[in-house]
Amino acid sequence: MTFEFFTNSSFIGAVLFILFAPLIGGIVMGIDRKITARMQGRVGPPVLQPIYDILKLFEKENMVVYESQNFWILSYLIFIVVTGVLFFAGSDILLVIFALTLAHVFLILGAYSTGSPYAHVGAERELIQLMAVEPMIIIAAVGLYQVTNSFDTAGIIQSTFAPVIVLPGIFLGMVYILTMKLRKSPFDLSTSHHAHQELVKGLTTEFSGSTLGMTEIAHLYELVFLLGFLFLFFGTAAPLIGIAVILIVYFLEVFVDNATSRVKWQFALKSCWIVTAVLGVLNLLALYLI
Amino acid sequence: MSYLTKSPWIIHYDASSCNGCDIEVLACLTPLYDVERFGIINTGNPKHADIFVVTGSVNEQNKEVIKNIYNQMPKPNVVVGVGICACSGGVFRECYNVSGGVGELIPVDVYVPGCAARPEQIIDGIVKALGILDKKYKDSKKGGDFK
Repeated sequence: MTFEFFTNSSFIGAVLFILFAPLIGGIVMGIDRKITARMQGRVGPPVLQPIYDILKLFEKENMVVYESQNFWILSYLIFIVVTGVLFFAGSDILLVIFALTLAHVFLILGAYSTGSPYAHVGAERELIQLMAVEPMIIIAAVGLYQVTNSFDTAGIIQSTFAPVIVLPGIFLGMVYILTMKLRKSPFDLSTSHHAHQELVKGLTTEFSGSTLGMTEIAHLYELVFLLGFLFLFFGTAAPLIGIAVILIVYFLEVFVDNATSRVKWQFALKSCWIVTAVLGVLNLLALYLI
Repeated sequence: MSYLTKSPWIIHYDASSCNGCDIEVLACLTPLYDVERFGIINTGNPKHADIFVVTGSVNEQNKEVIKNIYNQMPKPNVVVGVGICACSGGVFRECYNVSGGVGELIPVDVYVPGCAARPEQIIDGIVKALGILDKKYKDSKKGGDFK
């Protein structure tokens, strides 16, 4: 199956993603903050609070010490959007994964380009996180190809049966690394949305105003992309079950976020690779044997 | 109204407080008062903050720290002095190491007196500061102080 970008459906998918992903991501994150507050016995902010936060950041002054950070963060935002556009347009999933990695490399370079030691430690940890999750994502792509005979997301999603039936291990592995990708506790090593910080704000310490706003928008795009990635495991064969499972998974993420404390990077890296080796590789081996 | 008033992020600094006011400031974050209802978040980072909340009187050693935090905050920003010590130095005013309230060092927009200031008062003071923050933003847009 060859991929054509300039077909109607892929074009519509890309445009819808660019236009609505920040809104959907903002609402999901707003509900996330609301549920978090309820779990802590608080009322919590309005559902649209993440969007207010971003709009506010664009009203603030952009304080910059080294100008290069603006370029890196703009590139980060652009490549996160490119990742999502390729994904929702039905492109090659390997290309999507490379674009995602490249986007994060730009974020890390942005943090390294600042003078703050906190941002530097945050950047190092982000690199470790990238290293921890990458094998699992690649295995997920390989597993989906084994099942559907297609590397294109357009082909994977049209699978005649839900890939999760034969890829339960890989799906669980993806759910495990989702915590790290969403930067939720216990894996909020590089930067965190919570008040309990250890590196000031880690990766984003030196960003302010519109630059910080751009990282937040990129975060919303990435959230929608990641939830979309999980949906591939269900596809058009079981769309409703897919959405229900994703909602349950996200609720569990919020629960884990509130119930656990931050782990050391050694544990984060090791546990991700062990989960990848056990759930991911065994699932792949089982596929070859069947 | 600008979006600044909907999502004010706070940085809290304890100048040389007895910790009474600090505990009251943190009490605002607890389930009983829950200031996150108004989008208020306590950040530890001056570059992300909009409101600088100072408790306690200024002493000779932390003058530079307070100036540094203030200068690192992106505009528009406001300063709220919480507790009588932050307003005037309080009972420590005459101490050899105390140089007075925060207002002698940086421009303070709202003073919240009290020993210790109650959470309701602190929230009231922050809400007053939001009006000033909004005004500062609109003024700066007219004058073109910053992008």
